[in-house]
This record gives sequence, structure tokens and C-alpha cells, in this order.
Amino acid sequence: MVEVVQVSGSLRNRLTATLIGGAALLAVLMYFTVRTYAIQIAQQGQDNILNASVTSILDAANVSNGIIEIDFPYASFSMLDTASQDRIFYAIYQDDNLLSGYGGLARISPQVGMGSAYGNTTFQGTSVRLASASRMLVGENLRARLTVTVSQTLDGLSGTLNRIGRNVAIFGAGFFLLVVILAFWATSSAIGPLAQLTTSVARRGPQDLRSVASPVPREMVPLVQSLNKLMARLDQSLSRSEDFIVEAAHRVRTPLATVRSHAEATLRRVDREENRQALRSMIRAIDESSRAAGQLLDHAMITFRIDDLDRQDIDLVDLADDLVLGLMPIAEMRDVELKLDASVSVPVKGDMILLQNAVRNLVDNALKYAPRESVVKIVVAASPRPLISIIDEGHGFPVGEINGLADRFVRGSNSKAIIGSGLGLTIAREVAEAHDGSLSLSNNPQGGACVIFSF
Amino acid sequence: MKFLLIEDNYDLASAICARVRSDGHVIDHADRISDAIEFSQVGEYDLILLDVMLPDGDGRDFLRHHRANKQTTPIIVLTARSQISDRISLLDLGADDYVTKPFDHAELEARCRAVLRRNLGTAQPVTRLGNVAFNPVAGSLTIGDVVINLRNKELRLLELLINAPGQIFPKQKLVDRLFSYDDDVSENAIEVYIGRLRKHLEGSPLSISTHRGLGYRLDHG
Repeated sequence: MVEVVQVSGSLRNRLTATLIGGAALLAVLMYFTVRTYAIQIAQQGQDNILNASVTSILDAANVSNGIIEIDFPYASFSMLDTASQDRIFYAIYQDDNLLSGYGGLARISPQVGMGSAYGNTTFQGTSVRLASASRMLVGENLRARLTVTVSQTLDGLSGTLNRIGRNVAIFGAGFFLLVVILAFWATSSAIGPLAQLTTSVARRGPQDLRSVASPVPREMVPLVQSLNKLMARLDQSLSRSEDFIVEAAHRVRTPLATVRSHAEATLRRVDREENRQALRSMIRAIDESSRAAGQLLDHAMITFRIDDLDRQDIDLVDLADDLVLGLMPIAEMRDVELKLDASVSVPVKGDMILLQNAVRNLVDNALKYAPRESVVKIVVAASPRPLISIIDEGHGFPVGEINGLADRFVRGSNSKAIIGSGLGLTIAREVAEAHDGSLSLSNNPQGGACVIFSF
Repeated sequence: MKFLLIEDNYDLASAICARVRSDGHVIDHADRISDAIEFSQVGEYDLILLDVMLPDGDGRDFLRHHRANKQTTPIIVLTARSQISDRISLLDLGADDYVTKPFDHAELEARCRAVLRRNLGTAQPVTRLGNVAFNPVAGSLTIGDVVINLRNKELRLLELLINAPGQIFPKQKLVDRLFSYDDDVSENAIEVYIGRLRKHLEGSPLSISTHRGLGYRLDHG
């Protein structure tokens, strides 16, 4: 009865994937943001120093005798020293004439007095950053525009940037790993209560329809409430149908009991053989129908329970003891002696109700077929396998029919005069097979039937 | 013996009462739990026959009430259900035994006898005639100091005869009483048991006489 459930992905995987994907995106974003920001700051630092260098050179210029003189301050270039031995190029122009430095250096012509202009260019095959500023020099007979450009290679800067980039990458990867671990932990702690609920519901016995009582997280409350409601409804409808069966059985069987009792009482009073015969047939018919109805119900109940065995620890000897006690009056009524031959205890795992029903059917059968004043022996043994065998001193099973007797509604050819439904052996065999056992029928060499119910 | 029958179906109740009375016992009938509780508190019953479904409640409620009040009268439940789980719960609640409707009166009688044997102890009823003591519950016949254990059919045959000494019982009547209706027996089967009883009664003032064409009679002295 196990339905195939349609699976649409896994909650755990979806949650983990979302968390990890988010973390990866964040890590990459962080890497680029920090890196861009670092480049900006480093660039600004270099620009400031270039600017300071340019300004210090411009400031050192003065006009003397109509000639521009520049006494380079030492610091103008030393301030640009870096650990990575960056090279420095400069160019000084008076208006458009190169006064000193590298003429090939690209020129930016900033406006006078507006501070430095910056730019990137390539010089002698390497990228450089340059800053350039101008100043008007006015002296005797001279009015000139002095432009100073200082440039620096980018080795130091890119070294710094690489370091920062590497650190950010390591940090980002660490962050990502941490989040992955957190993601797994968070997922399993979020899924945990769901798994617990599943276990607690799955571990229930087939008849257990109680509400879920253990506390669950708020988000699961609607699910558990629906589950509880469903179980309550199921319980209600089960007990309603059970009540219905009880009520129906009561309504049918009570009048049957009335008819049977009256028939018995009448039988005591009538003398004519044909009337007596009719009354006997009536009683037989009532017994047949009530027995068949009972067996059919039992069989239905057994088929239902076999789907989901309620396995408990059972002592076969106790079980046989109880049965003998219950059936003793019937045995006495027929002057049959019920003998129990059992060892101390034979523990098995099984469904109590099923086993009782099965063994009861077997002993019932033996009592029905046993001749008056004979012995029906019930043997309970623990080895080689746990088993109960029921041995009577009747005519035994009809030879040749023995294999089909446990089939549904099959009755032996010797059973005509005996009331039965043909379900007793079927029930016993089905119960035995549900317990991974077997039911074997045989005839004793000295006469009588022997049924072995083994595990 | 005094029985209390708790059963709401009047037809069935009257049939059971008629049957029990014809065996020479006394029986009262209550058709609801409230009446049954009153009856059981006033009358001293040897055995209670209880239907499970009653108009003012479940027979189980009566069982619970009965056992809670520490009443020891044994109870046999008349149930319409044959499912074993139901039977187990009845026994757990303190019923001594049960029969499933429709029931064979011979089975009910056998179960009553078994329950009484378990419950009565020394208070078992004994019929005495001269040096003969007959205990139908234990199924024993004592002649002088000799105790004889009777088989079920011998016991029931003797019970019939001893309760009405001097009365002639036709063979057919005895067959009806002794055998279930699914037993296919001839009237001659009764001769076997009469023969055995005669043997058991040797040495006692009791004897069974045959009245050709009429039946058997227990004679005293």
C-alpha cells in the first residue's frame, strides 16, 4: 500500500544552494569593490606626491637677469622613492621650449594657477603616471610660462595593488568558506525539526492516531495542525466504521441468537421426526451463517493487519495456555481432552492478535474433527524453530486433498457434517507466512491430523 | 443456581430465561444497566450473563462498575463481535468468559460450569441422596468415600436425572440435552452413557431403570 510520492527537489539542497550562491556572489562583489576602492586610494596617494614634486620644482624657479633659474630641491625627487625602484622622468618647458628633462614625455598643458593636471601615458615602453602644472614667471624683460611635468612608473603602485588584491581574495575566500559551513549548519538545524517529526510519525504503530504532542517550530505549526486534524478525522471515521460494524453485528446476531434459542427450546418439545429435522437444519444454518460471517470479518481484519504487523515479544507457551483455558469448556462439552505439552517458554516476535486468531482456528478445527473421548495435543517447542503443533486423533486429512486445504473456501471431502467456512486454515497460513513461517499439514502414521505452525 | 441476565432484546432474553429455567435454575432479567446494578446489589447471584450493547450504555461500563465495587459474581459476556481484539478487552475489564451470539446453549452451559468451577471454590452446590454426593460444578460423584470424576456427558446426564428422581426421561429428550445440534447421533448413543452411569452408581442406593418404550428413570433406594 506504499504510494509513490512525487519528489520536487530537496528543501535542504535548495536552502544550501541559495545560501552558498548568495555567499559566492557577495564574496565576488566584495573583492571587486575593495579592489576598486584600493586602486583609487593608491592612485590618489601617488598623485599627491607627484603634485608635491611638481609644485616644489615650480616653487624653486626664479628669474634672474632675464634667465629662468631652477635649483631643484633634493626632496623633489627623493619624495618619489619607492621600494620597487620606480623610475622618474621629468620635463620642464618655458612656454614651448624644453628647458630640461625628457622632451619625449607627453605634455599636458594645464592652465596656469589651476593646480596640477594628471594623466596616464606610455614612456619608453612603460606605463607612467604624470602630473603637470604651470606657473607664469614675470621678471625684467621676461614674461614666460613655466610648465613642469613629473612622471613616475607604476611598478610600486601595481605591487601594492597586487598585495591588496591578494589579501582581499584570501579574505573573500575565507568568508565564502565560513558561509558554506554556516549554510550547512543552518540548513540542517532548520530541517532538523522536520526530520524529527517524520521519525516520530513513522515510528508509530499502525493503530496510533494520536495528535503530535511534541513542540515544533512556529513555521511548522500549520503543517502539524493539519496533520493532527487529518489524524483526528481518520481516527473518527475509523471508529465510526468500527462502531458501525459492531452495531451491524449486534443487530444481525441478536435476532439470530433469538431464533437459535427458540429453535433449541422448540426442539425439546416436538416429537415428530420431520419437525425435529427441520429445526436441526435451522440451527445448522444459523451456525453456518454466523460462523462464516465471523470468519470473513476475521479474515478481513487479518488481511488488514498483515500489511502492517504490530510485532511484540510474545511467549508462545502463554499464548497456548490462554487458548487452552478459553477452549477447555468446548473440549469438555465434546468430551475431548485438550493436552498442552510445552517447555518453559518459547519467545517469538509477532502480532499477538493475529497469532491468537490463527492458533485458535487450528485448535478449533482439531476439536471439531476429533472423535468423542479422544485427546487433542498441543505441542509448543522452541527448537529447531519455534513452533506450535496441533495433533488430533480424528480421521486425518483426506489424502490427495491435503495440499489445497489451506486455500480460500476449500473444505475437505470429510467435512460435510461439520460446520465450517473454509477460511480457518487460510487464516492460519496467511498469518504464518506474514511471520516468515509456514503451516504444514500432515497425517500421523497412527491416524489423526497434525498441523504444524512454525516460525 | 441463580442467574442474572442483562439483555435488552426481549425475545432473546425470554428464550434464554426459558432455557435456563428448563434446566432447573432461577434467572432474573434486567434490560438496562441501571436496573442491572440494582438487581446485582440486592439479589445474590451465582453468575451474571451480560450483553455488551444496552440502551443506557455499554456493557463494559457495567463490568467496570461491578469490578470497581469489588463484587465477585462471575460474569459471562454475550457479544455479537467475533473479533479477538474485542474479546481480549472484555476479559481485561474483568469478564470471566464470553460467548459469541448466536450461541449454542450447550456451550454457554459448559462455559458457565467452567467459570463457576474456577470461582466457587468450596461453596459449590452439592446434591446429596443417601451416601451419594453429586457436585455438578466440579463434575464429581462421591459414593461413601470414593470420588469418581465424571466425563462431561455422564455428568450432564446424571444432573438431569438426579434433579428429578422418579421421573421418566425419554431417550430423545436426553439426546437433545446431551448433544449439540451439529452432532449427528442416534438415540442409541445415549445407551453408552446410561451404561457407564450404572457402572459408576454400583454400590450406591441409586440406580437407573429402563422403561421400554418410555425411557430411563433414576430410582432411589
